[in-house]
Amino acid sequence: MKIVVCIKQVPDTKGGVKFNPDGTLDRAAMLSIMNPDDKAGLEAALRLKDQYQAEVTVLTMGLPKADEVLREAMAMGADKGILVTDRVLGGADTWATSTTIAGALRNLEYDLIITGRQAIDGDTAQVGPQIAEHLGLPVISYAQDIKIDGDSVIVQRQFEDRYHELKVKMPCLITALSELNEPRYMTPGGIFDAYQKEVTVWGRNDLKDVDDSNLGLKGSPTKIAKASDKVRKGAGEKVTLDPDASVDYLIGKFKEKHII
Amino acid sequence: MNKMNLEEYKGVFVFAQQVDNVLDGVAFELLGKGKDLAKDLDTEVTAVLIGSDVKGLADQLAVYGADKVIVVDDPELKDYRTEPYAHALASVINEYKPEIMLVGATAIGRDLGPTVSARVKTGLTADCTVLEIGDFPLAAGPDQKHNQLLMTRPAFGGNTIATIACPDNRPQMATVRPGVMQKIAPIEGAKANIIEYNPGFTPNNRYVEILNVVKAVKNTANIMDAKILVSGGRGVGSKENFKLLEDLAEVLGGTVSCSRAVVENGWLPVDLQVGQTGKTVRPQIYFAIGISGAIQHVAGMEESDLIVAINKDESAPIFDVADYGIVGDLNKVLPLLTEKLKAELASK
Repeated sequence: MKIVVCIKQVPDTKGGVKFNPDGTLDRAAMLSIMNPDDKAGLEAALRLKDQYQAEVTVLTMGLPKADEVLREAMAMGADKGILVTDRVLGGADTWATSTTIAGALRNLEYDLIITGRQAIDGDTAQVGPQIAEHLGLPVISYAQDIKIDGDSVIVQRQFEDRYHELKVKMPCLITALSELNEPRYMTPGGIFDAYQKEVTVWGRNDLKDVDDSNLGLKGSPTKIAKASDKVRKGAGEKVTLDPDASVDYLIGKFKEKHII
Repeated sequence: MNKMNLEEYKGVFVFAQQVDNVLDGVAFELLGKGKDLAKDLDTEVTAVLIGSDVKGLADQLAVYGADKVIVVDDPELKDYRTEPYAHALASVINEYKPEIMLVGATAIGRDLGPTVSARVKTGLTADCTVLEIGDFPLAAGPDQKHNQLLMTRPAFGGNTIATIACPDNRPQMATVRPGVMQKIAPIEGAKANIIEYNPGFTPNNRYVEILNVVKAVKNTANIMDAKILVSGGRGVGSKENFKLLEDLAEVLGGTVSCSRAVVENGWLPVDLQVGQTGKTVRPQIYFAIGISGAIQHVAGMEESDLIVAINKDESAPIFDVADYGIVGDLNKVLPLLTEKLKAELASK
C-alpha cells in the first residue's frame, strides 16, 4: 500500500504574525512548526505502515525551508519526502494551492492520500477536499478513526452531534483531525536517517496537467483587499484581592450593571 | 482561470443545511445576511434546500426571508455525503448562476463548500465574520469593480483579520460560522415560492457507503443559545471540579461550557467547546474560569457582552479581553461567589 501525506509548515500562531507589503504573509519571518492536524494525519499513515508495511511519502508545498518539516516527518518514520517549491507558486489561495498539490500528486502512485483537516495559519479546511476534487477522488473529511478493510477504508467521519462510519474503495483522500491520535516523537536514529535521505525537490515544470493560469497569486480567484492585526477591545479591570473581597467586588459590578 | 461572463450571474443563494429533515439555525442566519446583501444589490435571496423528502421545510425558509426556495429532493440525499450533495449544489449553481453563494461553516459546509467551489471553479472564503457589498480594490482606479462581495475573516488563529474579494469568478462563495449572523424577525405565515430541480444522481466511485450513523447522546444544552455561560478551562483541574461551575450556572440560570483543553482531557463533550475549533458564542455574560485565554479560545467568545475572568495567573492573556478580572484561586472564589449570588437573588 502506498500512502501520501500532505503536510504544511505553518507559523506557530502563538508567536507574532508578520506581513509583506502586498498583504500576504511573511512566512520567512515567523517561527515554524508542522501543522498539528497534518501531524495526526502522518501518525495515522505511520500506524498503517507499522501494520501493513505501507510506504509513506510526505509532500509539502512551500518555501525551501519547508524542507525542515519533511525531515521531521522522515525522522518520525516517513520513507520519502517531496518538496514543491517555486517562486511562481507563491501567494496561492486554496484553489491555486490545491491545483499545485494535485499537479504534484499526479506524478505519484497512491492508494491513500491523507491531509490534515485544516492548517492553523489559514484555518480554511479547504485544500484537502479541493485536491480530491481536482483528482476526481472520493473525499472523507474530519476523520477521527481510520481502518483498512481489504481494498477499502472504513473511516469515522465526525460531525457536530454524531459520526458517520463510512466505507469507500481506495484510492481516496482523507482529512485528519488532530483528535485522531497522539503523534509519535522523532527518534535519534530517525533524525540521523532523515538527514541521510534525499528530499525530492519539484518546481513548476514538474507539475502534471496544470495550467499556468491556475497557479500562484495570479491564479488565485480570491484576492486580499486588506489585512491587518486584529483590533481587540482593551482589557478591563483586574483585581487581586482575598476571595471574599474579590466576590464583593464582582457582585458590586453586577449590581452597577443591573445584572442582579 | 478561465474568464467567466460575470454578467450572467445574479442573486444571492444560501445553502439551507438540514440534518434528519430539521433545518439548521445557520440556514436562517445566512438568509438574514443574504437579505441585506440582496437589498444592496437590488436582487433576491434564494435558499437551496437539498435532501430527501425535504420539500415540507421550504415554508420555514420563507418565514426567515427566502424569496425563492430551490428544492433538490432525492433518496440519494438522505444523509449527508460529500458527493451527491456536491453534485446537487454544483448543479444548482451551474443551472441558476447566482452571484453570491453562502454556506454555513459547519462540519458539513466546510466539506461541501470547498468541493463545490473547486467543481464550479471559483474562490471560497472560509469562516467569514463580516460580509458586505463594496468596491475592489478598495482604492479608486481604472480597475476598480463595484458591487463586489467583501468577505472579512480572522486568520492565524484570530491574530489577524483579512478582507477578501473574488473579483473575476462567480459565484463569490463564503462560509460563515453558526452564531455570527442574525436572522430576521419571522414573517409569520409566509409561503415558499418553490422551484424543484433534480440534476439526476448516478452513484460512482466517489459515493461513499454509510455503514453506520452514530449519534452522540444529546444531554447537553446548546451553548450558542445561552444568555449566561460559565466556561471552564484546564485550570479547573478535574472533571469532578466542574461541579463548582455547574453550581454557579444553576444560580444564574446559565449553562456550562469549556475550552479545548477540557475536551481533550475528556472532562466535557465537544459540543460544549467554545473557540476556533468549537463554537462561537456571544452570551450576555461569559465567565472564563481557569481559562488562560489562548487566541483560539478568545476568537470564539470575545463578542460576549460582558466577560468575567477568574484565574490564578495574573499574566494570563484572558485578562486582556476581560471586563472584570479576578486574580485568585477559583476553588476559593467560585463557591463564595455562588453562595453570595444566591443570597443576593433570594433577597430580591
